[in-house]
Amino acid sequence: MREFNLQERTLRELNELLQSQSLRFVEGEWKVLNPDGAHAIAVGLDSDLEVLIDGHVGYYCAGMNKLASVNIKGSAGPGVAENMMSGKVIVEGNVSQCAGATGHGGLLVIKGNASSRCGISMKGIDILVHGNIGHMSAFMAQAGNLIVLGDAGDSLGDSLYEAKIFIRGNVKSLGADCIEKEMRQEHIEYLEKFFLSENVKADPKEFRRFGSARKLYNFDIDNSAAY
Amino acid sequence: MSDKKRSFFDELLECFVGSENRNTSMPTRKSSTFDDYTMAEIRRAAETGIYDIRGGGAKRPLPHFDDLLVLGASISRYPLEGYRERCDTNVVLGNRFAKNPVELDIPITIAGMSFGALSGPAKEALGRGATMAGTSTTTGDGGMTEEERRHSNKLVYQYLPSRYGMNPDDLRNCDAIEIVVGQGAKPGGGGMLLGQKISDRVAGMRCLPTGIDQRSACRHPDWTGPDDLEIKILELREITNWEKPIFVKIGGTRPYFDTTLSVKAGADVVVLDGMQGGTAATQDVFIEHVGQPTLACIRPAVRALQDLKMHRKVQLVISGGIRNGADVAKVLALGADAVSIGTAALIAIGDNHPKWEHEYNKLGSTAGAYDSWHRGDDPAGITTQNNTLAARLDPEVAGKRLSNYLKVMTLEAQTLARACSKSHLHNLEPEDLCALTVEAAAMAGVPLAGTDWIPGSN
Repeated sequence: MREFNLQERTLRELNELLQSQSLRFVEGEWKVLNPDGAHAIAVGLDSDLEVLIDGHVGYYCAGMNKLASVNIKGSAGPGVAENMMSGKVIVEGNVSQCAGATGHGGLLVIKGNASSRCGISMKGIDILVHGNIGHMSAFMAQAGNLIVLGDAGDSLGDSLYEAKIFIRGNVKSLGADCIEKEMRQEHIEYLEKFFLSENVKADPKEFRRFGSARKLYNFDIDNSAAY
Repeated sequence: MSDKKRSFFDELLECFVGSENRNTSMPTRKSSTFDDYTMAEIRRAAETGIYDIRGGGAKRPLPHFDDLLVLGASISRYPLEGYRERCDTNVVLGNRFAKNPVELDIPITIAGMSFGALSGPAKEALGRGATMAGTSTTTGDGGMTEEERRHSNKLVYQYLPSRYGMNPDDLRNCDAIEIVVGQGAKPGGGGMLLGQKISDRVAGMRCLPTGIDQRSACRHPDWTGPDDLEIKILELREITNWEKPIFVKIGGTRPYFDTTLSVKAGADVVVLDGMQGGTAATQDVFIEHVGQPTLACIRPAVRALQDLKMHRKVQLVISGGIRNGADVAKVLALGADAVSIGTAALIAIGDNHPKWEHEYNKLGSTAGAYDSWHRGDDPAGITTQNNTLAARLDPEVAGKRLSNYLKVMTLEAQTLARACSKSHLHNLEPEDLCALTVEAAAMAGVPLAGTDWIPGSN
């Protein structure tokens, strides 16, 4: 494992080094020291790296990640793993708003709580939150799975498209066009498999599923109060 | 009583009594408040229960570049020979921070229009035409298509609130990134693409169910405000190795402040779109009632750049109703670095062409007024996802038409610039202009013709 100390070298050097591994491979495992809440750490990675960030990070950590595994040993600012394409991002602490925003693929694991708009506009990413999620989570979410072991705040899944939401705890309120749906056998099996692969001790039968009622997919003036 | 026997009193009385006694030969008078169009709109709303959605930009009369005139040279300054002395047209966009700024032969770019809003052949035609003329084209709210990239020598990749199709590979594969905050047709509004145009391919690229009415977000999902924007720009630069110029596109509402904030957030280029700027599909109430005329937006934006000492360092691209070389020359004279065209480019490749008049009539429209670009049944095959209609547009022929048009605009602008003794289009200045109306003089900050009066100046 190679170490990179952000107190001694620049963010530009770090990202250039990590991104260049897809062209000129030197090292597969990296440890970033002293992140000190810096923004845009380990963004745009596009190779099968393992990056351990030893501390808290600012905005957009692991943004647009492809293939790489990024493990944040602290908390993360807004937009962690935004627009992720593939790979895995793990946050040991809590995350600020818009975690996994517009993510197209891969897995984002949040060991703590997530603030508002978790999974906003997600497009295929899977997000696992061990704690709670804030208001307006999965707003306009298009595809993927948001799995929450704790509670959800207000207006969950507002204007949802085809993303699936699984919540074990309480849901404060649902957003426009988001409804509770039956947990069918296929959903229980999906969660069982998922929990097994992620080593999560949780019973899928304790979860409720939420999805789109699809009533706002085509405009109808009689639904205007719902907007 | 016969007419012959009517007294003067009778006739006078008739003027003041109700219609039943009115002389039938008197002309009828329609309300200028409730005119035919207004009443038709009221009836349409009552019948359909939905606001009017259409394409294009503001149709109402607005102060525009025709309200300005160019002051050619005479004794106090001498002109340049039209066919012998150089008048350069090149422009470099994005040399503030980016390693690889965009170098264009002409200061006229093609504005962002999505695959989805436009057909594949139409996007290809825009790429071909822009490339032949030495300029750039721009993606839209739907991601980058392979055809578009292949046929566009310089391609600007839009970064929109929806992030449809957004991915780091295309981000690295573009020539510049345009963060879209707003557009002139709908500042403060999000994208719209109705179900008729959400074909399987469009739906796949946008990760949406086929056939739904797509309403994209009006705000970016992971940043709000200029402080966040600065960090977002940092992230995009870090992902792309600081190679790509970052444009920030704003709708023309508060051009001084929005330009200032864009520059402070780190933009290389500001793209400012006035209310005549087109859209593929937006509520008519939005198009006609939100924003400022393009003419009114330019000077405040230039002043913002000058106040920050960034004029010509951060480039300003103006769009919204640019039609010909005279418009280009006037926009550059007011201090912009380049213009961008959308609607005009579509017209150049065949939109609203009279040869489709019969089919426009069948759709309840006429050539020149057809604006149902959201419906997907465009007879010209441009604003459609219907393969049969799209096949009507030959991308090579249409590309050549666009190239011709861009070159004519450039020649026209050069003609005017040479007449003003300018050896580069960027040397045009406000002093080369006067205004025909008080309104245009105030908005453009140039004197009313025949006077030295600039309304609003001290």
